[in-house]
Amino acid sequence: MVDMTVKIGAVTLKNPVMPASGCFSTDLAQVMDLNRLGALVAKTVSREYRAGNPPPRAAEVEGGMINSIGLPTKGIDYFFEHQVPDYKRFTPPLVGSISATTIEDFEAMARDVAKSAIDVLEVNISCPTRDPKGGNFALHEEHTYNVVKLIRATTDKPMWVKLSPNAGDIVAVAKAAERAGADALVVANTILGLKINTDTFRPAIGNKFGGLSGPGIKPIIVRMVYQCAKAVKIPIIGCGGIVKVEDAVEYMLAGASAVMIGYLTFRNPTGMIAIIEGLEEWCVRRGFARVADLTGTMIDDPPMETFAAAAMPIG
Amino acid sequence: MIGEPFASNPFIVGESEAAAALQHIPAEESLCPVVSHDWVNSEYKHLVVEASRKALSVTPGQFFNLLCPSPDVGELFFRRPQSVYRIDRDRGRIEFLYKCVGRGTRGLATLKKGDDLNMVGPLGVGFKLDPAWRHIVVLGRGVGIATLGPISQLAREAHVGVTAILSARNADFVMADGFFREAGDVVTVLDTDGTSAVENVEKILQHLIAQKRADAFFTCGSNRLFQLMKRSGKANGIPGQVAMEQVMACGLGPCYVCVRTFEINGRKELRRVCIEGPVFDMQEAVGW
Repeated sequence: MVDMTVKIGAVTLKNPVMPASGCFSTDLAQVMDLNRLGALVAKTVSREYRAGNPPPRAAEVEGGMINSIGLPTKGIDYFFEHQVPDYKRFTPPLVGSISATTIEDFEAMARDVAKSAIDVLEVNISCPTRDPKGGNFALHEEHTYNVVKLIRATTDKPMWVKLSPNAGDIVAVAKAAERAGADALVVANTILGLKINTDTFRPAIGNKFGGLSGPGIKPIIVRMVYQCAKAVKIPIIGCGGIVKVEDAVEYMLAGASAVMIGYLTFRNPTGMIAIIEGLEEWCVRRGFARVADLTGTMIDDPPMETFAAAAMPIG
Repeated sequence: MIGEPFASNPFIVGESEAAAALQHIPAEESLCPVVSHDWVNSEYKHLVVEASRKALSVTPGQFFNLLCPSPDVGELFFRRPQSVYRIDRDRGRIEFLYKCVGRGTRGLATLKKGDDLNMVGPLGVGFKLDPAWRHIVVLGRGVGIATLGPISQLAREAHVGVTAILSARNADFVMADGFFREAGDVVTVLDTDGTSAVENVEKILQHLIAQKRADAFFTCGSNRLFQLMKRSGKANGIPGQVAMEQVMACGLGPCYVCVRTFEINGRKELRRVCIEGPVFDMQEAVGW
């Protein structure tokens, strides 16, 4: 019997597997038992209705997909009135995700959300597709600090800050978010990309640029999780290209306390369940009594002397 | 599909009944053995699979999201949505009729008898049949013809008359006319002899309306024919339903990739084809 629970600050999850924001809704109850998940993560809402970006909104690429959905939302009032009660039919903790274009609006939304029944507030300062140029708060440490600091002052709810892999120095941004009072970091959002259709000479998606996700980005994000985990004391949730049990293990070895899954759900809607079951089996096989013991256990010896390493057996 | 490298938890047809515990969940990922898979003409294939009990609960107009094998050395990263052409509950089979166009369908075409097809479903909102209707008209073109199969089958079982207008480039691409003939009358219109022109199809519709053989309209596969039916339906007060297509990622609702434009009382809105459709009210759909 493996203890699958993990703690993200004050929040205990019954297992470390949850959906990534934007890749989940209660619509998934069509194919799975949502109560199996570590947490439920709602799609990002903004204050007002947003239609989202022009289709085509997604395309396949080698190694995953590129998307530019553009945060369509019916607005925050609809979220409170209809979506929160809908999520509350299920037992896992509910993570609500918010986005805004100004720090004032972020603060006001956080104040409202703090009064709602959500269990955790995810601050999405990193959506690359909302601004046509791909800009967002999480690209700069001072922008991140300012917005997180202001939101922190409005609420005692656990606050997870979702970082951007498009930042020049994600470690500096991670530290800024920690300094400003984040309870955990989600590393990371999608990588800004461009796919061009060589038949039509046009961008493959309607908004030109899109966020790259899927197994192809995993080594980049695992590296970022490792670097951020070294630099901050707050827990990290790894997010990027997990499609099998070993990918989740890899993120935890790099320093993640839990993981989020996006692309896999689009391909195999029951994939998250398969990973929860497989992770437990993996722990049994490798003799781990607690899944939480995996976090940050990558063996991290300094590189060997080159000539000595080149004289070692393979493997 | 055996060999799927990514984590999944499919129900295996004929092997396990573990899904019994999930009976309240309407759809599932299942591995369905291919019973037969044949070319119908130079572009279309007819695929028959042995389906799970849950998959067999599919209703006309609903679809499955298929994990297609890759047709080349690359990998496919999305499933491909495919509406059902025929539901054979007696033999526990589901049939698809599809056109090989892109990488997904070219990959699907490589499946052989005995291979497993990984499908998620049944998904979406299908066609509605009002038992008070005495005669319906289904109008399909190309691969859209396949989507209209199950509703015609259902109408026949409910003793509702069906006129199927099947539009195609030439006689080779008039598919399933035998199947539709079992359900009712078939009118074939072709590009080669000019009978598929919108003006001619309009005359056929007007004739059916005049004969009181058009209590409801159903269409799939052509925007021009959809616009015609929408216009005619509005002018004559005939309710209509259209099955729509759009590029999808998840096929289940959360991703918001497959949106199309609708207009309700002069106000435009977006709806997801996968979960709010793929069948929509004809007067609310804007077209494509």
